[in-house]
Amino acid sequence: MRVGLFIPCYINQLYPQVAIATLEVLEKLGVDVYYPSGQTCCGQPLGNSGYEEDAKGACQVFVENFKEYDYIVGPSGSCIYHVKKHFDILEQTPDVIKVRNNAFELCEFIVKVLGKKDLGASFPYKVGLHKSCHGLRGLKLGSCSERMDAHYSTEEDLLAHVKGLELMSLTRKDECCGFGGTFAVFEEAISVKMGRDRIQDHLNNDVEVITGADHSCLMHLEGLVNRKKQPLRVMHIAEILNSSI
Amino acid sequence: MNHAQKAEIFNKDEAKVNWHDKALWYVREKRDTAAHGVKGWEHLRDLASGIKAHVLSNLDEYLITFEKNAQKNGITVHWASNAEEHNKIVNKILADNNAKKVVKSKSMLTEECHLNPYLESKGIEVVDTDLGEYIVQIAKETPSHIVLPAIHKTKEEVDSLFQEHLGTTPSNGNPEYLTHEARKHLRAKFLEADAAITGVNFAIAETGGFVVCTNEGNADMGAHSAKIHIACMGMEKLIPKEAHLGIFLRLLARSATGQPITTYSSHFNKPGPESQMHIVIVDNGRTEQLSREDFRSSLHCIRCGACMNTCPIYRRSGGHSYDATIPGPIGSILSPGKDLTKHSSLPFASTLCGSCSNVCPVKINIHEQLYKWRQLITKDVKQPFIKKTILKMTGKVLSNPKLYGFGGRSVRFILKYAPRFLVYSKLNAWGKARELPKIKNGNFDQWYKEKRKN
Repeated sequence: MRVGLFIPCYINQLYPQVAIATLEVLEKLGVDVYYPSGQTCCGQPLGNSGYEEDAKGACQVFVENFKEYDYIVGPSGSCIYHVKKHFDILEQTPDVIKVRNNAFELCEFIVKVLGKKDLGASFPYKVGLHKSCHGLRGLKLGSCSERMDAHYSTEEDLLAHVKGLELMSLTRKDECCGFGGTFAVFEEAISVKMGRDRIQDHLNNDVEVITGADHSCLMHLEGLVNRKKQPLRVMHIAEILNSSI
Repeated sequence: MNHAQKAEIFNKDEAKVNWHDKALWYVREKRDTAAHGVKGWEHLRDLASGIKAHVLSNLDEYLITFEKNAQKNGITVHWASNAEEHNKIVNKILADNNAKKVVKSKSMLTEECHLNPYLESKGIEVVDTDLGEYIVQIAKETPSHIVLPAIHKTKEEVDSLFQEHLGTTPSNGNPEYLTHEARKHLRAKFLEADAAITGVNFAIAETGGFVVCTNEGNADMGAHSAKIHIACMGMEKLIPKEAHLGIFLRLLARSATGQPITTYSSHFNKPGPESQMHIVIVDNGRTEQLSREDFRSSLHCIRCGACMNTCPIYRRSGGHSYDATIPGPIGSILSPGKDLTKHSSLPFASTLCGSCSNVCPVKINIHEQLYKWRQLITKDVKQPFIKKTILKMTGKVLSNPKLYGFGGRSVRFILKYAPRFLVYSKLNAWGKARELPKIKNGNFDQWYKEKRKN
């Protein structure tokens, strides 16, 4: 099984530690993982802004980079969702179909494809899980509070096996943080208010570290936390799963 | 002003935003509890969605069947292709009967057609009898929510409004007192009304009858005390059979307010003795929306408002920020079909979180339709020059690994070395309330080249 590691553009440039943790977690699990060097971006920022047509080039580059792999794994629910859902703008060649079918968000890949939940990690902190919308409602990484389905959560399954980690319950289990790509800039007031409200929920429930499977939401929350110098750390779930504190 | 600008103003009063958010979240939670109480809730949603899709695919036949059966019952059926025709028809019915005083229960369709100002210009008095609607009417505002029209007003604000218009004594926002005073005032209006206007929640093709749902009984009070009942309905309100009400009535009130059923679900089938019953069936852009394959299912909507209560953006921007008859997520996919330019900011007033699609009792894929409207708007409506240029350039950069590498290095260089006052200038909307990521070392590409060999 050859796995292509997809590192979203903003993680590559701004959060290399998240990419490193993702790679190391996969290596620890014995996965034969490769990082195609010509990759850029899934095109989501353009698609969500209404410029899907202009994203076709980026989508093609993505397919070219990953078509040879059995699985494509990335530490971002929304980017993977974009590949699976919105690469319908490309001509549906066998390569495009293969890439769309085999793209997985990191947690989902570990739990569903590898069938592992205990990665031997330890992280002795009170953790709050931010369930990012595209992973949750798009990729169905977990049950959604709006739907009357039985409870499940891929990320919670993994965090439950991290030694010392205490998963804190939140008042609003899966409300959006207000990032939303260019929404964060063009609807700045609402975006900031939504983020602040999410952070307050974590603070009210004694969370020390906010985590999640989508670092774009975390970048937004971290930006707010750092501006107000609030007593919270923000870490990608890959960093926690790669911890042995 | 677009949605973002109006929402920014609404957000200046944080205490009010918090109150608005909590009030609506409370309704969302009530809805969750009510839905949990129904075994097979998700199956009910599937059924409702399927029935609506079926009706829309056979709308021509169902409309004709409905008209035929309604006429058999003695109801007069009128057809209006747009708002103007609708208003003229209603006015003509009133004029033919010399009706000068009208009571109206809640109807989003008549809001959409701007019926009140039209009738008032013809010298007719129209009183909205739903309490929330009545509040916004005397405040000379529009509803900010389709189920809770005055949710943007606190009880203290209603108190002063009533003092001004009904001469009530200050009560510190006592809801019982204020409701009682409104009831006294409205009772007189009911008794002297020449005609009653209602909306229609469900029109049943096989019987030619229709159902109106209210919590206050004001539709019944109006329709039974006046000699003329005019029911105004959008042409998508049809369901094939009476038996289907068992699905829709169970979904509607639970989705809307978390009640098992509305206090009154009134079935109107034929006019009473010496009375008239009219139905005005209105198109007003619905046929056009029906022709848009990607947006057709927006016509499934049964106007429960659940998408508004769950929407984190609606809860924090208030209904008036949408500047449309139907605000919130469903309004943001309906309104662009009516006037793309005027409503072009609405599909962007969303993070595409998808909560709206999940609560929708008739399973409209609202967030996916928002995405699709965005693609059309950037093509058909003039976009801000800077936004457009940046995104188009980004497309070029991302399709070229070398340009992308250069772009990435530049961004990291700026974030690492540029002085704070430059990075956090007025042009940087991100940085108004948020820090940018701190750049320490190289990017992952560099790390990988040094540490791993493929």
